[in-house]
Amino acid sequence: MKPIWFFVGLILLAMGGLIFLTGIYLLIVPSARETVLSNIHPNIWWGIIMMVFGGIMFIKTRKQTV
Amino acid sequence: MEAIGLTSVDWVIILIYFSFVIGIGFYLKRFTKSQEDFFLAGRKNSSWVAGLAFLSANLGALELLGMTGNTFKYGMYVAHFYWIGAIPAMLFLGIFMMPFYYSSKISSIPGYLKLRFDEKTRVLNGIAFAFMTLLVSGINLYAMALVLHTFLGWNWNVSMWASAITVASYVTLSGLMSAIFTEIIQFFLIWFGLFLVSIMGIIEIGSVDQILSRLPQSMNTLWSTSGNPMQNGMLVHWSGIVLGLGFVLSFGYWTTDFLVVQRAFSAKDLRSARMTPLLASFFKMALPFIVILAGLIAIALSNDPKSGFKLLQDGGQVNYDSALPLLIKRYYPSGLVGLGITALLAGFMAGQAGNISAFNTVWTYDIYKSVLNKKASDAHLLWMGRVSTIAGVILSLGTAYWAKSFPSIMDYMQAIFSWVNAPLFATMLLGMFVWWITPTGAFWGLITGMLSSFLMWMGVKFHWFNESIITMSSVQSDMAANFWRAWWAWLICFSITLVISLFTKKKPKEELVGLVKGLTKIEHDRNIPFVKRPAFVAIISFVIFIILNIIFW
Repeated sequence: MKPIWFFVGLILLAMGGLIFLTGIYLLIVPSARETVLSNIHPNIWWGIIMMVFGGIMFIKTRKQTV
Repeated sequence: MEAIGLTSVDWVIILIYFSFVIGIGFYLKRFTKSQEDFFLAGRKNSSWVAGLAFLSANLGALELLGMTGNTFKYGMYVAHFYWIGAIPAMLFLGIFMMPFYYSSKISSIPGYLKLRFDEKTRVLNGIAFAFMTLLVSGINLYAMALVLHTFLGWNWNVSMWASAITVASYVTLSGLMSAIFTEIIQFFLIWFGLFLVSIMGIIEIGSVDQILSRLPQSMNTLWSTSGNPMQNGMLVHWSGIVLGLGFVLSFGYWTTDFLVVQRAFSAKDLRSARMTPLLASFFKMALPFIVILAGLIAIALSNDPKSGFKLLQDGGQVNYDSALPLLIKRYYPSGLVGLGITALLAGFMAGQAGNISAFNTVWTYDIYKSVLNKKASDAHLLWMGRVSTIAGVILSLGTAYWAKSFPSIMDYMQAIFSWVNAPLFATMLLGMFVWWITPTGAFWGLITGMLSSFLMWMGVKFHWFNESIITMSSVQSDMAANFWRAWWAWLICFSITLVISLFTKKKPKEELVGLVKGLTKIEHDRNIPFVKRPAFVAIISFVIFIILNIIFW
């Protein structure tokens, strides 16, 4: 059985990647829905943090079984 | 409030989560072959897995909407639920109680009552716990429906039924193991999905100090205004916090509520089981930096007319539970909105799954097998576990509609805990540490304690008597009444159990070996270096707990 950390890494990697890419898209094509502090582009840096965290968990556990 | 229009990215993120939890249910089904796999996840989890699940089982609607909403209502005093209202009890469980629970190889908390006292005390607690679990499970459904209604404008009924069916699916497939897996995924999604709210709030307002400076003094301290109930947002005296929340409600919940303790039972050995609540205590202490801070940010923004931030109104009453969803709407652009909603959904669904997985275990072992079908086979109990999962989800749907009538989710939760957990803690404490407590004393003490708590709640709700009789104060809040009601229920149960035990037949000492401190030889930890012992971890946790209380005094 795969360890739970594998699944956690996978879901954070997938979601973080999507959020990061959305942030890049919104940088080029700004959204009509204005949010407070949208000028600091939270989805870009938060997406990167999620991807790094999820990527580490995924890579370290991808060959493990429990 | 105008519903947020979700973009396709938000929908994809929500879809990823739903696919994961259903997929994990199917993936784990192949490893769920026996009743021990289904009800106790095969007893093979590490302390980290069990510890995060232990914490996450409690991290449902209660911690998210309820606590953020209550912070808006009561101020920083709500942090007491995370610190004095949790940490001492979690450490006590890991150090003193877990050896008796885990070593007796029981499947549930009522199972311990059967070994220590008798069958009738076990069944009484089993029924009370099953009833409480279904009520609490309803809260998760209600909270989830609130989020979907607030954000997406979805119909209440559709929201509740859709989430209930999802939870029923994956818990029915693989029981506690899938509940634990989804709880741990939920833990990470909550941190990544909601901690950003606090970060954005700090960036907008300037600093934590500036947030606190925008609040009245009754709301921005932990203890310094607790000497006079008139001076703090919760209208409670420090003695009510210490006795009601810090002692009775906290110890009653964290040391006897099978919902959380079940996660420790899934650990692979005694040391891992003892480490389960100790590791969880560190993460518990960190949670105020999501929920309490978000609530304080909401107050600070509300006090500033230029911010344009205002909580929702429901029938002329402030809807405190809308604070967190409104902050997500304020700060999160497309993509992050999907993550924020997913974090909330994950919390609600994992909270509900936790309750349902505890319900199916107590129903199957402590009511069905104990009373209705004593000769049930392993395969039949596994089948019953799956059937009771579906039945539990359907029953909790009914309680969700009742939860809607309370002004704040947390008040409702604490009312339920004060009926069941507060007296049970007295029974457990006496049973585990005093050998001469008798089965008759425990049974009648438990019944009297539960009834007295319920009657006190009914008495205030229907104006049979004034709440000040319970709180011993001219001013009170619902929360203060909950704390004091829990204390009185505990004291009544404790006293009745002691008095009856003095005059009734005691169990022979040899039957209590392994169940009662003083009659059991303590052999664990002997060959482990001090820094690796659970006691050392508990000391570190306790020191951090003290420091946090001093910082925010």
